[in-house]
Amino acid sequence: MQRESMDYDVVVVGAGPAGLSAAIKLRQLAIEKEIGIAVCVLEKGSEVGAHIVSGAVFDTRALDELIRDWKEKGAPLNTPVTREEMHFYTSAKGSIKIPNRFVPAPMHNLGNYIVSLANVCRWLGAQAEALGVDIFTGFAAAEILYHEDGSIKGVATGDRGRNVDGSEKTGFEPGMELHAKYTLFAEGCRGHLGKQLIEKFGLDADSDPQHYGLGLKELWDIDPDKHEPGLVVHGAGWPLSEGDGSGGVFLYHADDNQVAVGLIVDLNYTNPNLSPYDEFQRIKHHPRIAKYLQGGRRVSYGARAITKGGLNSLPKMSMPGALLIGCDAGTLNVAKIKGTHTAMKSGMIAAETIVSAFESGDEGGSELVAYIENFKDSWAFQELRASRNFGAALHKWGVWMGGAWNFIEHNILAARLPITLRDRKSDHEQMAPASNSKPISYPKPDGKLSFDKLSSVFLSNTNHQQDQPCHLTLKDDAVPIATNLALYDAPEQRYCPAGVYEIVEQQGQPQLQINAQNCVHCKTCDIKDPTQNIVWLVPEGSGGPNYPNM
Amino acid sequence: MKVLVPIKRVVDFNIKVRVKADQSGIDLANLKMSMNPFCEIAVEEAVRLKEAGVAEEVIAVSIGESVCQEQLRAALALGADRAILVETNEQAQPLSIAKVLKAVVKKEAPELVILGKQAIDGDNNQTGQMLAALTGMPQGTFASKLKIADGKAHVTREVDGGLQAVALNLPAIVTTDLRLNEPRYASLPNIMKAKKKPMEVLTPAELGVQLKATVKVLKVELPAERTAGIIVESAAELVDKLKNEAKVI
Repeated sequence: MQRESMDYDVVVVGAGPAGLSAAIKLRQLAIEKEIGIAVCVLEKGSEVGAHIVSGAVFDTRALDELIRDWKEKGAPLNTPVTREEMHFYTSAKGSIKIPNRFVPAPMHNLGNYIVSLANVCRWLGAQAEALGVDIFTGFAAAEILYHEDGSIKGVATGDRGRNVDGSEKTGFEPGMELHAKYTLFAEGCRGHLGKQLIEKFGLDADSDPQHYGLGLKELWDIDPDKHEPGLVVHGAGWPLSEGDGSGGVFLYHADDNQVAVGLIVDLNYTNPNLSPYDEFQRIKHHPRIAKYLQGGRRVSYGARAITKGGLNSLPKMSMPGALLIGCDAGTLNVAKIKGTHTAMKSGMIAAETIVSAFESGDEGGSELVAYIENFKDSWAFQELRASRNFGAALHKWGVWMGGAWNFIEHNILAARLPITLRDRKSDHEQMAPASNSKPISYPKPDGKLSFDKLSSVFLSNTNHQQDQPCHLTLKDDAVPIATNLALYDAPEQRYCPAGVYEIVEQQGQPQLQINAQNCVHCKTCDIKDPTQNIVWLVPEGSGGPNYPNM
Repeated sequence: MKVLVPIKRVVDFNIKVRVKADQSGIDLANLKMSMNPFCEIAVEEAVRLKEAGVAEEVIAVSIGESVCQEQLRAALALGADRAILVETNEQAQPLSIAKVLKAVVKKEAPELVILGKQAIDGDNNQTGQMLAALTGMPQGTFASKLKIADGKAHVTREVDGGLQAVALNLPAIVTTDLRLNEPRYASLPNIMKAKKKPMEVLTPAELGVQLKATVKVLKVELPAERTAGIIVESAAELVDKLKNEAKVI
């Protein structure tokens, strides 16, 4: 079938912080240098921000460089961090407050802002459009296009209007090819095209496996008397420690009597009985968290995987005709628990590299090796370098000894240690058989502080066009029962935060049922499936969550 | 033939809305907004008439804040030829909207006005009927089929218990029901073309209309939450509970 095509100088895949910053920087430079550079951004969500979920405490360093007058331009950064607390939860009731001077230096947040990253992206999208960027929302980049010489030619958007069996419905609209001199892949953590590129070009040949976390978040309207705008609370320990898991809790007091509460679960956990969703529900009952939420009302829910391998896991970011930017590569600074500023910076550097290539007569399709050099010269790289051991130390020695290492390395030695810790086992390889793992019994949700999965997914405003081909594919249909159920008691039922995977009985036989319409596009199944049998493909554009204010 | 299609910007149908703390309305901050689905069906029907050679021009019109241009651009991307925004920051109610539309009808003299039967935010189901009353044009509401022939609009209406066929003299007003058609997807090239199509911005005052609120919203609240059910042991217990607890028999 012949598809229509459109030509751009640069096509950006994904309207997150990295992609939008790259698009903005490209157009700023094009205007400044008076050269014509046509830029478009493809976004699979129904609008910019629809698929963005983040804490988020926002470090303005990249934004200060990108749009100096962001305040005048009305950027939604309304709540400066005013106070910080860090807790270690020893049990369902107990906790220790860590004195601020013992908190590793990168985790201090004064000077940062509590934001809704979805709203920041909506604002960045408007800035990009004002500079002449074409943003196409509701269009998913479904396929990578290659030139005959193997360099990247662009992407094709997915077809719209296919039946579940692949046949065309009335009103079928075929996908469209977008050709570009350079394509920037900015899909965020575990982008389904980024994953293909890493494999095809062997971009991770010299790096450790990527490591991931699953972030779950809720937004609450709370009692105004309990609200302290600018308060940042972080915690670790219980309840994840009970199931040999690790991760961290956050609770941020934003404006408007709202708090964002969430849990990040490290996806290198070994116990298949662990359920990140249920861990999140029960941490909200801890007195340190519950005291803010009691009497409040939950207004939103979302989940998204994050890349947290840091520098050691960072793949090569360039290939002929394309760059991998932001968390599609994995530029998050795990020591700061922040990725937005480094993702933005990686996009801005990509834009600068492309523009100087164009200026020297580059026609596209080359491998921009200068990008790696430029990135290495940036503060973003310095940050990643300084925090390269942070996550590995926690993985190796746990939260106390690893935390102590991080305190000594960052607060006393100022991150100048000439040692690099490595963590070479992929998260999906960590899963232990259910028979060797201790059972975890989760309390029933009380409907006040904790809730069941489906009522949570309801609040994420998730929808997919009915009757479309299932976007969660299995390499081998037998594996879910023969391996996953038999060995690991079907862990996809528990790690999926949206209730997509269910084992049901059919004619007396267990079967895996995939409720793809619930999918919140977090990508955890693609990451954590022990046999890597589940492959996340992009559904029809506009599908997925519609996160407001997340 | 000229077709006028009034459209409304509403909160997207996927969004679960929440009531503002002071119960004065729905909190719309940063929510995804879209074209009302029934209006989308109206646009699709008008574009199909144009593609069939029945209509020459399709004009989309909306009344509201300047952000309504997004939904007008969406209508242009689906195939409308030009758009009119009657810009106002005031909350316009059905009667005011119908009055504005009457003025637009006078200005443009369309032979057919196709509207959504209702908007999914207010669920009023009034504007089309009010416009018919104000203009004196015949109306075919809840259309599941529309055919233009012999200088008439032949409308199949979805009525309680069946279908009703009516023939309307032109110019006429048609409001769309869900089964009239399935709107197409806007393609990327059409989205690009839509950016260049003409968009006229007017004010109610320029059309000689003053917006007036004739309905006052006293309070908006969520429906009562459903309480958990119980499983009864026997039919006798069920009857007992229905009689003495629920008091429904």
